[in-house]
Amino acid sequence: MSGLIAEIAAKALQFNIPLNVQLDLTYRCNERCIHCYLNHDDHGEMTTAEIRDLLDQMADAGVFYLTLSGGEILMRRDFFEILEYARKRTFCVKLKTNGILIRKKEAERIKALGVESVQISIYSHAPKVHDAISKLPGSFEHSMNAIRLLRSHGIHVIIANVLMVQNATDYAGVKALAAELGAQFIMDPTITPMMNGDRSILNLNVEEAALREVFRNGDVVGNVEEFCAPPQGPDADALEMLPCSAGHTACYVSPYGDVYPCVQFPLPSGNVRRMKFADIWRDSPQLKEVRTITLRDMPSCSKCIHGATCTRCPGLAYMEGNMRGPSSADCEKSFVRTGVATAGMLAGRATSPHLRSHSALVQIQL
Amino acid sequence: MSCKRYVSRSTAIAARMLGDEMMVMSATSSTLFTLNEVATVIWEAVDGATPLEEIVTQKICGRYDVTPEVALQDADALVKQLAEYGLLLLSDRPIEQPTCSRKVNL
Repeated sequence: MSGLIAEIAAKALQFNIPLNVQLDLTYRCNERCIHCYLNHDDHGEMTTAEIRDLLDQMADAGVFYLTLSGGEILMRRDFFEILEYARKRTFCVKLKTNGILIRKKEAERIKALGVESVQISIYSHAPKVHDAISKLPGSFEHSMNAIRLLRSHGIHVIIANVLMVQNATDYAGVKALAAELGAQFIMDPTITPMMNGDRSILNLNVEEAALREVFRNGDVVGNVEEFCAPPQGPDADALEMLPCSAGHTACYVSPYGDVYPCVQFPLPSGNVRRMKFADIWRDSPQLKEVRTITLRDMPSCSKCIHGATCTRCPGLAYMEGNMRGPSSADCEKSFVRTGVATAGMLAGRATSPHLRSHSALVQIQL
Repeated sequence: MSCKRYVSRSTAIAARMLGDEMMVMSATSSTLFTLNEVATVIWEAVDGATPLEEIVTQKICGRYDVTPEVALQDADALVKQLAEYGLLLLSDRPIEQPTCSRKVNL
């Protein structure tokens, strides 16, 4: 994090400002990715007018970074109306899309509206592998065409590669594609449970050996020695650390107006159809509770040698039943990274040396 | 300055108040800036229609202990610098503010 961005984040924390919001416009999608955590049926999405009103409220509350995601955002016919309004309210807008519906006109419009970045998932450099994951024949070509178009308009494109059993060794090929296209590459060794709590998709996570290989690949993680350094244990300062920005300077809003601390932290905290966004952000008992938690309050993690360096995701811990508890997925990741067992593992909560899942907090950006 | 200077915010920016400072990001370069309190007053006042001299007189001189000459000199340097980064537009005549249509036809 650069100095200025860190300074802004600290100030947002001090003033209790929701600096970052991810707003999912729809859960509908034209792909059916095998690892997706969403139910794609429409259960009553917010209308255009409701979203415009929400954007007004979020701008007034101080939201600066607005990520529009889904589902597939371009499945909404009013997508560009929403985007144009968001830019009129001077949000820094980031888009997450599969790009399938982006043609020349859409790329031109995205450029004209001054979007900060467009993130598109590419699962493999091999079209067959990508299409088998998205379950949409031809999707690789469509997504790649969108990336080329966006890049030809000078738009910042981020290619996201989610690691799973089906594409475990393809990240190097995707990284090379990104370099060729002038796009940023990020890799996420993360399959998260479905938002309804169903954990069956976690069996798509790569095996321990494959993840160990990724964590020891300097092209992916940078300085391997530093990345895999043995943990030192939390000192007094580390015990006062906040777990992450979820609920502190960031939150998530679903297409139905439900507010959560994060897209990976499905703790219902209010609904913007019934309450003002600012009132939920300021007064929600759930968000207030999330804000009280420091490392010191976590019985197991505060005593863990990985406490200060673990990528523990409070949302995944919550989905395991205790937002103050360890996330077994992150325990296992810390173990694979360093070879040192975590307190959670030693206490028997996460005893398996085999990986069951990984959290999203190890996101490797290049 | 020999002629009036009109200043308008670029549409290719993202901006938000954070405490008493303004965060501004250039949409073309993703470069992030923060403006201090005085610069924020000027940022919020520029509308393309009010000359910079008038903004300085009305919004700065009455509020801060500074002479109009110094305030205008500083404001002029600020808007030139922000214009170089593409955050502001400068002109010697009023600048029409772009409107944002409610419906986009593709």
